[in-house]
Amino acid sequence: MLTPEEWQAVRLSLSVALRSVAFSLPLAVAVAWLLSRRRFLGRPLLDAVVHLPLVIPPVVVGWGLLILFGVQGPIGRPLHDWFGIRLVFTTAGAALATAVMTFPLIVRAVRLSLEGVDPGLEAAARSLGAGPFDRFFTVTLPLIAPGILSGAIIAFAAGLGEFGAIITFASNIPGETQTLPLAIYAATQTPGGEGTAARLAAISFTMAVAGLLLAELVARHLRRLLGRS
Amino acid sequence: MLEVTLRHAWPATRDGEGFSLDVAFRGPTPGVTVLFGPSGCGKSTILSAIAGLLRPQSGRVALDGQVLTDTAARIFIPAERRRCGVVFQDARLFPHLSVEGNLRYGLRRAPREAEGPSFEEVVALLGLGRLLARRPAGLSGGERQRVALGRALLSRPRLLLMDEPLASLDVPRRAEILPLIERVRDAFRVPILHVTHALEEVDRLADTLVLLEGGRVLAAGPPEALTAEPGLTLLAGRRDAGVVLRCLVAAHDPGRGLTRLDFAGGSLLVTLRPEPVGSTLRLRLRARDVSLATAPPEGLATHNVLPAVVEGVAPAPFSPHEVLLRLRLGPTPVLARLTRDAVGTLGLAPGQPVWALVKSIAFDHGGPA
Repeated sequence: MLTPEEWQAVRLSLSVALRSVAFSLPLAVAVAWLLSRRRFLGRPLLDAVVHLPLVIPPVVVGWGLLILFGVQGPIGRPLHDWFGIRLVFTTAGAALATAVMTFPLIVRAVRLSLEGVDPGLEAAARSLGAGPFDRFFTVTLPLIAPGILSGAIIAFAAGLGEFGAIITFASNIPGETQTLPLAIYAATQTPGGEGTAARLAAISFTMAVAGLLLAELVARHLRRLLGRS
Repeated sequence: MLEVTLRHAWPATRDGEGFSLDVAFRGPTPGVTVLFGPSGCGKSTILSAIAGLLRPQSGRVALDGQVLTDTAARIFIPAERRRCGVVFQDARLFPHLSVEGNLRYGLRRAPREAEGPSFEEVVALLGLGRLLARRPAGLSGGERQRVALGRALLSRPRLLLMDEPLASLDVPRRAEILPLIERVRDAFRVPILHVTHALEEVDRLADTLVLLEGGRVLAAGPPEALTAEPGLTLLAGRRDAGVVLRCLVAAHDPGRGLTRLDFAGGSLLVTLRPEPVGSTLRLRLRARDVSLATAPPEGLATHNVLPAVVEGVAPAPFSPHEVLLRLRLGPTPVLARLTRDAVGTLGLAPGQPVWALVKSIAFDHGGPA
């Protein structure tokens, strides 16, 4: 049904989206916790920076990453010189660009469920002898698990469709950075590529819808496990 | 000994007036200290500060000589290392854990050398056996509070803090939990600080009573003494005002359906009680159930006619037409509530010997002390 090249784009898309979520999830949980539970000086600034990718054009995000993580960039150069890591024009770079774009989605989902956790439960855990990390991992984290999971699934589904940031930062290299949307774009630019574009678009659509449904199902199941509905 | 001195002020905001707390009191260990006062008097705030969940602007909290908070010496032991078990009004059970998981949460974190009741003892005492596998969401209000009490106990606390644990329950549930708190007190000898606005809990639990109003301590001491003060309107101004008597169950007479109770000022015959002979009881002798005569009356249905001396006459806080008389039965002070007219007609005045009349059926409050 699909040509090997088309399969490659599908696999690559899944891999990039998965890596981006794996990378941003712990950080997103930490940032969400900071934003909802701590009052500190730079809080409004952090809040704004986290949400930037939602409002600025993805191409601008990609360009910013190119400046920062390019081989000559302030982060890219030490990464390359000291560790031999190059992000531009690589699958890892595509995952990074996707992670930055979907980061606010996870933060928002986690923050929403954190705000639904009664701080009284954390106080109860304290009175029972649980220190900060102990009560985060034994009380807070299990209670926000539905939010984390649905945030991760939505970020994954959205990550499958990332285009602007990837093409700007990681370019459009088949087998390396050419994810589904990029492959669709390339197909529309190629004479006779209409069939490929249509098939890939259908797959893209199906995966996105499946992701949304899965997120809802998982959240509902977990809420029932927690005995709250 | 639990020693508490706290000062904390909240500034007025657009949404409400400011509030300031300025209290100092001591409580016995082991023993039950009850903080009693109307809503908003600061009693729950005091409990939070003792638990370490609130950091007071200034103050000192010490338990059996160990300083938990001392703002002057910059000491503030974090709540998780204070070993103060808290039973919250809203139970606060962890919804993602089973009842057993909740009970073991504190037990697992208690220091190994800490002594206290075992898991099985607590489950048996509080009747939690059938609930262990259940989730908190499926429990009734009374069951939740029992689990919360068990969870706090199993954390092997050096002090058990109870923040109106019965306030959210209906009357039958309350009647079910209150004896359990008494059993915990008697079985485990853990010092308890109990916060409430229910007089019944004061009568049944308090060794030391701390009366609070508007963030200040009005009075503190044994409930037997404080309840006999006509000037303490927080207690004496109530319809059920009266002294708490500590009594010994002296004898049962099932034939007549009566029990004889001895207290420091004499004996009382009351309706047959369930408690065994030799046990001690705390009873509230309500001022409205005490009548007076200037001569020993005859042909009376009232069993209890006790010689007494009028010690003071004070206007009743609840009505301009009534007065509260403070009597002395031997060493025991008792309050009597009479009309202003009766006091005038009988010419009652301090120092006068009288007879105090108490109906046997007047006692339906109280429980084992």
